[in-house]
Amino acid sequence: MEDQAKAYWFATLKLIGGILVVWAIVSYGFGILLAPALNNISLGGYPFGFWWAQQGSIYVFIALIFVYAKMQGKIDVKFNVNEE
Amino acid sequence: MSLTFLTYLFVGASFALYIGIAVWARAGSTSDFYVAGGGVHPVINGMATAADWMSAASFISMAGLIAYMGYGGGLFLMGWTGGYVLMATLLAPYLRKFGRFTVPAFFADRYYSKSAAGMAVICLLVASLTYIIGQMTGVGVTFARFLGVTNEMGIYLGMAIVFSYAVFGGMKGITYTQVAQYCVLISAYTIPAIFISFQLTGVPIPQLGLGASLVGEDITLLTKLNQVVTELGFGEYTTALPGSRLNMFVYTISLMIGTAGLPHVIIRFFTVPTVADARYSAGWALVFIAILYTTAPGVAAMARYNLHATVSPEVLTSAPLVAEGAGLVYEDRPEWMKRWEVTGLLAWTDKNNDGKIQYYNDKSTDPKFAAAGWQGNELTVNRDIIVLANPEIALLPNWVIALVAAGGVAAALSTAAGLLLAISSAVSHDLLKKIFIPDMSEKNELLTGKISMALAIVLAGYLGLNPPGFAAGTVALAFGIAACSIFPALMMGIFNKNMCKYGAISGMAVGLFVTLFYVFAHKGIFFFKGTEYLGLIGGANSFFGITPEAFGAIGAGLNFLTAYIVSKVTPPPPEHIQEMVENVRTPRGSSAVSGAH
Repeated sequence: MEDQAKAYWFATLKLIGGILVVWAIVSYGFGILLAPALNNISLGGYPFGFWWAQQGSIYVFIALIFVYAKMQGKIDVKFNVNEE
Repeated sequence: MSLTFLTYLFVGASFALYIGIAVWARAGSTSDFYVAGGGVHPVINGMATAADWMSAASFISMAGLIAYMGYGGGLFLMGWTGGYVLMATLLAPYLRKFGRFTVPAFFADRYYSKSAAGMAVICLLVASLTYIIGQMTGVGVTFARFLGVTNEMGIYLGMAIVFSYAVFGGMKGITYTQVAQYCVLISAYTIPAIFISFQLTGVPIPQLGLGASLVGEDITLLTKLNQVVTELGFGEYTTALPGSRLNMFVYTISLMIGTAGLPHVIIRFFTVPTVADARYSAGWALVFIAILYTTAPGVAAMARYNLHATVSPEVLTSAPLVAEGAGLVYEDRPEWMKRWEVTGLLAWTDKNNDGKIQYYNDKSTDPKFAAAGWQGNELTVNRDIIVLANPEIALLPNWVIALVAAGGVAAALSTAAGLLLAISSAVSHDLLKKIFIPDMSEKNELLTGKISMALAIVLAGYLGLNPPGFAAGTVALAFGIAACSIFPALMMGIFNKNMCKYGAISGMAVGLFVTLFYVFAHKGIFFFKGTEYLGLIGGANSFFGITPEAFGAIGAGLNFLTAYIVSKVTPPPPEHIQEMVENVRTPRGSSAVSGAH
């Protein structure tokens, strides 16, 4: 039982970690630190770095939350700790 | 129909709608207003959360700031949306499982001490009060314009209206009222944006219009805007930085973790039916918020372009912008400029006595401005008026302008009233009843709640007359305060079983103190003008060029560090607390939160 709880928490932390890595890459990475380099590419009429800071990161944030909610739900079921 | 009549009609009709729904929903349920979200579908709860969250700062102020900041304004966009990812993954599901109603109540249990709860109340009060000052700034702008009075008078009227709205009370908690507010607010924001995007680029979706070419020209909107603003001596729109890249980075962190630490947002996730719903609710809230947040950059860039095209008619003919005799003849200015002049938020002084408006960055050292006979920037435009003036600048029909008025009023009132309720319950319930006067009667609890609301609004109104910044900037300070104090203690309460009360309390104290010390140095002690002490910290932004609005992230780092070190050298939390944390981490066994508050 103790091991099960540990394994569940480990799987959860791994998922959260993965989500937050993507979260940081799109906003702090693409949107801020790499923006000057990405601005050399254009997406439609958008400089790409500018697009990440003012549009793209927001779309990714939404996707991340739904992916997280779905995958965490699966982990809950797998370890049999989901709500009935 | 006249604009004034239409404005009263739209504002009046939207109010009648909110009150009607409130009355109807009241009759149908007996549940306490604190459990507003209970039994509500995550999509509906998400929409209500979005209405709660998007205040005067998001609606009225943010796009105006982005219009002036350009690329750097992205920090508001990323900061105020990215925080939801933190909220969904790090806090919401666990706090829902924990099953307490308010943030101080969580602190009281998790950190097994009244002092921790008291500390949380202090942090919450400082953050909420700062937040309300920003709201009052926005309220003042809105009422000044739509009642045709000065900004000051607008704030006085706003104070009276917000106070009566908050005392009316329970409205705030009724989910369906907020759904209605969201609908009014989002249509008021997107409809003019669609009009303007279509006018300028032929693409009706602002998210795509911002990246499109101008109608009848072979140049993209952003490229043209870059040309116009750089020719007038401003920083390039698509690359301009807020101070430095480091400052933008830290500022964004501060807003993100502040979002996840603001009590009036967290509270929403305490009351959804299940832990799984708490996760999805955060996602739906962000979907509805993103509709406004992805529209805002388009509104910002297009408003900036339209403003320059209005005061420098040369923009449209591609003649040189900076030349002798360039600029709009003041007597020919459009009606909207005259309307805003009444409020004092837009003003013109003819520095070179040529009867024309020269609007440029006079801090630029380029000699071409002096050579053209320009003797300084002649037009001041308060950034907080941009969104409200936007449909007027684009010469849209009167009903669109009236609709924006209704949206602005909804945004300002709902959040200001919500914050006042949070303050009143923190003072009367969490502080007085739980800590100091346990046997206080319910009647007195209600009375002290109302008194603290009245005090809060008078103080916020007074400080709003001389605000520490534009609405969104002041609100950013509030986020910094939530970031440096509440978020770290909440997160460690869940993710670090060994975090004890000594660590949490000292962490919050250090984070809050250091952040306030830096902020007050720039903005005055408790934001009172004239009490700044910049000399003491070695000048403005002396800490690696970090602005006070961004400093909350540094405070949060110190909070984490202090808490960690102190928890290593003090006794760990008792066994039952550690078991409680274990239990919070799994969803099973979550019970409905009871209405007992």
